[in-house]
Amino acid sequence: MIPGDRFKIKRYFHHKDFHKPRHSHAHHPPGDVSTQKSGTRKIKVVRRVLDVNAKLAEQNRRLFADKGIFVLNVMSSPGSGKTTTLEKTLARIMPEIKSAVIVGDICTTHDADRLAKTEAPVVQINTDEFGGDCHLVAHVIEKAAVTLDLDEIEFLVIENVGNLVCPAEFDIGEDSRVVILSVTEGEDKPVKYPLMFRECEAALLNKIDLLPYLDFDKQKAIDFIHQVHPQMPVFEISAKTEEGFEAWIKWLKNKIRQKA
Amino acid sequence: MHEMGIALQIVEIASASLPADLGDARVAAINLKIGKLAAVVPESLRFCFDVAIKDTPLEGAELAIEEIPVVAKCNDCDAQWTIDEPVFICKTCQSGSLEILSGRELDIESIEVVEEEKHDSG
Repeated sequence: MIPGDRFKIKRYFHHKDFHKPRHSHAHHPPGDVSTQKSGTRKIKVVRRVLDVNAKLAEQNRRLFADKGIFVLNVMSSPGSGKTTTLEKTLARIMPEIKSAVIVGDICTTHDADRLAKTEAPVVQINTDEFGGDCHLVAHVIEKAAVTLDLDEIEFLVIENVGNLVCPAEFDIGEDSRVVILSVTEGEDKPVKYPLMFRECEAALLNKIDLLPYLDFDKQKAIDFIHQVHPQMPVFEISAKTEEGFEAWIKWLKNKIRQKA
Repeated sequence: MHEMGIALQIVEIASASLPADLGDARVAAINLKIGKLAAVVPESLRFCFDVAIKDTPLEGAELAIEEIPVVAKCNDCDAQWTIDEPVFICKTCQSGSLEILSGRELDIESIEVVEEEKHDSG
């Protein structure tokens, strides 16, 4: 505290070009200045923290729209069967629908290796290069997308990092989002992760071939889904046996056709 | 889970918003609004923020978080209410067609800067 000094609180608004890199961090404030927060004036600014991502996602969306590509963002917890579901889905819609895959994992290319067998072009993103992120973000999708021949694709499916929390928060420029819930998880996942189930357009309830061996209450899970997202289409499937795939594929093809 | 990324983004936005002639002024607080539906845990974010501001112009700043309730409006009967449990169904008419009016925020509202004003005491 310096006697005789008085302190003024000033608020600064964000510049429009805030995302430009800052080169100078030269200001080091004195450590002995006390803060007086009481009686401060409040001026609203409101700038979204995820603004940069939102803008890049919008760019991606425009790019995909120009090319007439329907983009699906597939999300779920780890181990719920995203990769198997996509392998079986691609096998059913290709070569009729020209498809490509972007797959996100923190590390390894195991999923890409599996998906490459579908003969769809596959781009693996390992987020550990981007700080081990638990989700995909728009600029990473942009980098991956430009490595694909976008003129030769009608359907781009993005397998997000297995996680029910963070991916729901990040727009990557997709047209639609689906969430996979497997019957080996708890029925109450939808109410534990409401944002994910609200943000997605449809849910796939996977591994139903295991129902006879589990205590999983299927109707309870569906009721929880509809409590968080009323009228959400729920496709009961087994990616292993392909039970229930007809309705899911019909829904998906209809979506792809609407965009083309 | 991604709070460190969010914290770094906040630091980037706030640092770039500081005027070049900041001088000896220091940042007292970043005022942030987080909706209850946003996938961000305020406690984790505060922890990450304290780490992220080290050796930046924001060092020493407080992250003041205002949590915003989830408020929904029914598209069928116009009822409006605060959602405090994961049930997105109209309490009045049972409709599932809702508009979320608030609760998704993740916004920097303002930055507070303390500026020292020298005065002659004599």
